[in-house]
Amino acid sequence: MSLRTNFTDDLSALPTHAFSYRSLTWWGIIGFMVIEGVAFAVAAAAYFFLMSHEQEWAPRPWEPPNLIAGTLFTIVMLASEIPNTMVKKAAEKYDTAAVRRLLPWIVGIGVLLLVIRGFEFNSLNVLWYENAYGSIIWALLFLHATHIATDWMDTVVLWRLMRTPHGEEPRRLVDVDENALYWRFVWLTWLPIYLLIYWVPRFFR
Amino acid sequence: MTSALEKAKAPPAKVPRDGPRLTGDKLHARLSATWERPRGFIGWLSSVDHKDIGRRYIVAALVFLALGGALAVAMRLQLSRPQNDLIGAARYNEIFTMHGTTMMFLFAVPVMQGMQIYLTPLMVGTRAVAFPRLTAFSLWTYIAGGCLLWIAFLLNVGPDIGWFAYPPLSGPQYGVGKRPDIWAQMVTFTEVAALAVAVSLTATILKQRAPGMTLARMPIFVWATLVTSLMVIFSMPSVALASSFLLSDRLVGTHFYNPAERGDALLWQHLFWFFGHPEVYIIFLPATGFVSEIVATFSRRSIIAYPIVVLSLVATGILAFGLWVHHMFATGLPRVGYSFFTAASMSVSIPTGLQIFAWIATMWTGRPRMQVPLLYVIAFIITFVIGGLTGVMIAAVPLDLQLHDTYFIVAHFHYVLIGGAVFPLLGAITYWFPKATGRMMSEALGKISFWMIFLGFQLAFFPMHISGLLGMPRRVYTYPAGMGLELPNLLSSIGGLVVALAVLLFVINMLASVRRGRLAPANPWDGTSLEWATTSPPPSYNFAHIPVVDSQSPLWDGKGELAVVHGLRVEERELLLTTVMSATPDVRDPSAHPSPWPVIAAAALTVMFVGSIFSPWAVLFGTVPLAIALTAWFWPKTKEPTLEPSIS
Repeated sequence: MSLRTNFTDDLSALPTHAFSYRSLTWWGIIGFMVIEGVAFAVAAAAYFFLMSHEQEWAPRPWEPPNLIAGTLFTIVMLASEIPNTMVKKAAEKYDTAAVRRLLPWIVGIGVLLLVIRGFEFNSLNVLWYENAYGSIIWALLFLHATHIATDWMDTVVLWRLMRTPHGEEPRRLVDVDENALYWRFVWLTWLPIYLLIYWVPRFFR
Repeated sequence: MTSALEKAKAPPAKVPRDGPRLTGDKLHARLSATWERPRGFIGWLSSVDHKDIGRRYIVAALVFLALGGALAVAMRLQLSRPQNDLIGAARYNEIFTMHGTTMMFLFAVPVMQGMQIYLTPLMVGTRAVAFPRLTAFSLWTYIAGGCLLWIAFLLNVGPDIGWFAYPPLSGPQYGVGKRPDIWAQMVTFTEVAALAVAVSLTATILKQRAPGMTLARMPIFVWATLVTSLMVIFSMPSVALASSFLLSDRLVGTHFYNPAERGDALLWQHLFWFFGHPEVYIIFLPATGFVSEIVATFSRRSIIAYPIVVLSLVATGILAFGLWVHHMFATGLPRVGYSFFTAASMSVSIPTGLQIFAWIATMWTGRPRMQVPLLYVIAFIITFVIGGLTGVMIAAVPLDLQLHDTYFIVAHFHYVLIGGAVFPLLGAITYWFPKATGRMMSEALGKISFWMIFLGFQLAFFPMHISGLLGMPRRVYTYPAGMGLELPNLLSSIGGLVVALAVLLFVINMLASVRRGRLAPANPWDGTSLEWATTSPPPSYNFAHIPVVDSQSPLWDGKGELAVVHGLRVEERELLLTTVMSATPDVRDPSAHPSPWPVIAAAALTVMFVGSIFSPWAVLFGTVPLAIALTAWFWPKTKEPTLEPSIS
């Protein structure tokens, strides 16, 4: 039995792109944020599980990580939200010229952050193979470093693409908007990790 | 050049679109030209059609089922009599590890996801999955992981540490060689694959439902897919992290699981079972989706208590995350921990019980047709209830401590996994086979294999309750004579062989029916969900026009008529996005063209993952080809943007 087709609405006037939760890729990005967020949450749970076995944390004779690099990283990271918001707003206004101007700044900040991250690894006062405390501290920092590196790579590709004629395609501005959303997630996840790496080992001495 | 702002405000381009003036054969020719995959081997590799991907997922999973099943037969032959020397202790360790690992990671989850990839877009009335290339990438990643495990086994470096790989046995001290690394990296492959599918399916369900298909009108199978996809998203990062920690303990000397250096082997068990228990429901809930669809169609009425069945699915999905410690009762826990996890484990039987009552009531008040798919459902209900009851028994700590690591547990989880997931799967394959192939499976052969599987299963696994109660431990390659274990083991072995033969018969039925089965019309079972509105097999573009839904049973309530919307482009791959709750038409969205880059990216990922078994530097250097492949995947292939957007 074949069904009789009954035509109702003509949808040809619908838009071919939309921002935020109306966009399909937005949901994909939210999905990946949840996955990564769960990975961080589980890593934090492992951290507290290992910590629960200890009398002191960081366990003596290991000193808690030095604060300078991590705190500098946090400050730069928080400050990066200013150009990030600017590029997000420019994208929402379809202002390709502003996006083209701002994206290199975001890329540059990414490079700066990766350099500071290198110093962070050097200021942990413990190596990953010394004990489980060192292992989990390194794991948290390493996980977040891959986060920064992947988003940086993503931003570089987007920056190059926006410089082509495709930069005038409205859907590409949705990409820029969502890349900025992801960057917010990257720095938001950093804040609890910063506490776990740098401050919890001080609070529980 | 037109600016982005002008383009955003521009009226729709004058391009061919489906509608009353472009329908029928003319539309079919144009949509086929747009949606069919390119010819040749490269075209085959480049396919992003969810039907191709789903079918390949299912075929690959069935191959792994056959491999895992062959190992089960080998184990049953070894255990058919006491002190048998067919298989030695070390080989037996490998075989039970490979059996469990293959069945859980390479068969059960992938086959369910394969069914979901195939069916979900058809059931929600859309042309493609949300992220076709990601879904293709997931397929190749999964196959690479499966090949890694099985090639290692054939090269005699297969894992021998049990399917849950507890340290210290899997750690650097006792897990010598690369066997545990192979296992851990196989896990990483399959988790990446499963997560990619889960994201794609979640977005498909939330954003691509046919106009009018509100959340309350979604087929229950789609609800089950949504819940399991969310469960994958929330549970699998845990095992991916756990296996990464295990690899790094083994490769770069971290101490996550080493108690001598402030680590804890139990951390592994928590991380593993925080995934491992939801995993059981990730396998089981799609099966409840199959059952709901089959029960409704074959009882010729809509499911009773739809909201309760849906809420039970959601409740099971949530409760599944609060039970993991019941796998760890024997490790010693605080009293309150015992009580909490016992109560939580028992409570999960409440929503499942409600669903079972709803299915029974649907059959009771309907006019059931006792055809093969419904027979599997009835077998499922009987078998799963037995498995569920033994589950409630071992949720009680004192009994669990007695029965832990005995064949009673083996009996329990085979009852819930085979009874709860494989029986519905076989019913579902029979049910949707005509949709996927255009031909019916043989009913007579189907009934023979059904009875053999059902009775053979009971013969194989019921005696394991007895051998378990008599104290026979799991994972031991033999047992002594004179302890009363001979008869139950012999019966189990005979039953195992019957099941193996029956599954073989089922596969023969599939293969024969693909070629010579009776031709199937679009809706051979008089089903009511949207996949039955299109031809069998469906065209590459799924639906000529996007259907509109105004009830839970659109085909029954439509009375031979299908309302549709129109206006999508026909010379470009285009989908309709609708709003999340009410499924109101919202955006016309381009869908990805076929591309070889997903398979290339999966190959690059494979090099990186396999390399990292041997050197940590592979993680760093392996990212370069991967990044290149991902960039090429994303980068537009046209110099200028097209008139309306496309994903080339």
